[in-house]
Amino acid sequence: MSIFINASSKIIVQGMTGSEGTKHTRRMLASGSKVVGGVTPGKGGQVVDIDGTSLPVFNTVAEAMAATGANVSVVFVPPKFAKAAVIDAIDATMPLVVVITEGIPVHDSAYFYSYSVEKGTTQIIGPNCPGLISPNQSNVGIIPADITKRGPIGLVSKSGTLTYQMMYELRDIGFSTAVGIGGDPVIGTTHIDCLRAFQDDPETTAIVMIGEIGGDAEERAAAFISEYVTKPVVGYVAGFTAPEGKTMGHAGAIVSGSSGTAQAKKDALEAAGVRVGQTPSETAQLMRDILGR
Amino acid sequence: MDLYEYQARDLFEKHNVPVLQGAVATTADQAHAAAAKMGGKVVVKAQVKVGGRGKAGGVKLAVDANDAKEKAGAILGMDIKGHTVHKVMIAQAAPIVDEYYVSILLDRSNRTFLVMASVAGGMDIEEVAHTAPEKLAKVPVSAVDGISAAKAKEIVAQAKFPADVADQVADVLVKLWETFQSEDATLVEVNPLVKTEDGRVVALDGKVTLDENAEFRQPDHEALVDHDTANALEAAAKAKGLNYVKLDNGQVGIIGNGAGLVMSTLDVVAYAGEKFGGMRPANFLDIGGGASAQVMADGLSIILGDPDVKSVFVNVFGGITACDAVANGIVQALELLGSQATKPIVVRLDGNNVLEGRAILTAANHPLVEQAETMDGAASRAAELAAK
Repeated sequence: MSIFINASSKIIVQGMTGSEGTKHTRRMLASGSKVVGGVTPGKGGQVVDIDGTSLPVFNTVAEAMAATGANVSVVFVPPKFAKAAVIDAIDATMPLVVVITEGIPVHDSAYFYSYSVEKGTTQIIGPNCPGLISPNQSNVGIIPADITKRGPIGLVSKSGTLTYQMMYELRDIGFSTAVGIGGDPVIGTTHIDCLRAFQDDPETTAIVMIGEIGGDAEERAAAFISEYVTKPVVGYVAGFTAPEGKTMGHAGAIVSGSSGTAQAKKDALEAAGVRVGQTPSETAQLMRDILGR
Repeated sequence: MDLYEYQARDLFEKHNVPVLQGAVATTADQAHAAAAKMGGKVVVKAQVKVGGRGKAGGVKLAVDANDAKEKAGAILGMDIKGHTVHKVMIAQAAPIVDEYYVSILLDRSNRTFLVMASVAGGMDIEEVAHTAPEKLAKVPVSAVDGISAAKAKEIVAQAKFPADVADQVADVLVKLWETFQSEDATLVEVNPLVKTEDGRVVALDGKVTLDENAEFRQPDHEALVDHDTANALEAAAKAKGLNYVKLDNGQVGIIGNGAGLVMSTLDVVAYAGEKFGGMRPANFLDIGGGASAQVMADGLSIILGDPDVKSVFVNVFGGITACDAVANGIVQALELLGSQATKPIVVRLDGNNVLEGRAILTAANHPLVEQAETMDGAASRAAELAAK
């Protein structure tokens, strides 16, 4: 088992004909993902050949779903067109939409998130995220597939490269699913959504949760862990040295006032029984201690 | 991007939110001219992006243009909580009978927008929220629906605005929503929103934060950027398209790929630095997933140009771009920099093709470059070198 995606996930790529879209479609295919087509408005009817795989291009997500039976969409379109692309997927009742695009205006992401909640048929992951991977089953997004293997750990993280670092540190043990939820102020899938799914996933036996400064998602996740999660959780929080009021790459990673500091998040997680590492390596070691490996 | 009060006032005016006359001045003479044009009493207000300017003496009433010139002369150049005053706003003075509060902001926790409104304006709203939460109405606003006239009436009723101003406040809310949405703001705050003696409702002071991700569709926002107060290194980095933030009291220059990993690197360096007399990170610099030679060279040249930096820590996880490509990038970057490179550089590579990457750096044998196998070990070595 895994969460959100599995070996039978059929993926379409919105923005497949763009350079990023093409590059990562190739990588997803190489890691064994079932990519079945792409969507680029105005280019419907074309066929793109990627390393010997012929992929049809459609004008809309609805057409792509009807023709291919796709149940996951991954979005690589530029910020300017991202809102329209996600709305198209929601209107088509695509069950899972993974938005990789970085730099989407928050008014657009707040709009498509609210719209998805109103419609009630689409789960969004991201935006500004690396996507998610269930090693050897499916890889949706840009996470390098070859840095780890399949195993019992579930990972949820706001940060892409910290996800990779942790997957690599624990590559001998392996992961059921690793989810990069993104560092933007408004994201579709939260730490809590992933913690719930990992708790309910029989293959996952322990969870790593990586957070960073800004907002109160980690504090809320800590409260959720106390209430619902019985599997062991280790945590890491980035941003202890980040100054107040400065944006550091992730639009969401900004401390304002006294809330959202790394210390407050660490304290909340520890109060919920989560063991929090001081560095990524120390966090990986805590997981090894728990699993006895 | 946070705006100055005068910029917020201008945006409000553009979207028909009622405001009083206002003009910005950078010299006492300009203040005189602006006050003379307005006539009557004016308020001279320091323009700084920090709260508490009133208490610090940065807001003064002036009886006429000559007085405004004198007051502006005293306020310009003043230091308010570490911010030097370079500009003042000359604002029309108005007799106030009541002060309210309204704002629209992004509510991250609930992933929606939020309106806050109170008849207890003019003071610190966090104080009101804390001591008298019943006086602060908080109403969620869907990004899909926005604030219609009906929604605005609902908010006004919930915040218990008096009947004589209710319609005007509702109208202000609709126009503030237009400002918030069409300018891609993440915050518009009016504090105070006032009732004047003649019964008008006017935005007296405002704060606006704009979303930098929306720059591509907000061409007018470039003119609002405050180039004067930007750090020189940050300005140089921005010109090269680098995601760089200068940090105070640091000695270890940091380059990494990915915002989360770089934030984590700062922490690990500060943690390791405790053992070496409190060495700290000097900057945040995320060169992104690609990490090409040119980007690496641009990044290194910014960091080596920072006089505070005593050592450099390059921390790269090879994912999409494998470590051998990153190592080649570092070698080429050092060739491009030549004699500009003068400080020790500790490199930690991990991830895809790590052995090939390390071999490339070993073969290049650059006198300034040292390799470390782990992030924690590299942080410790970089802090040690900075302390020498």
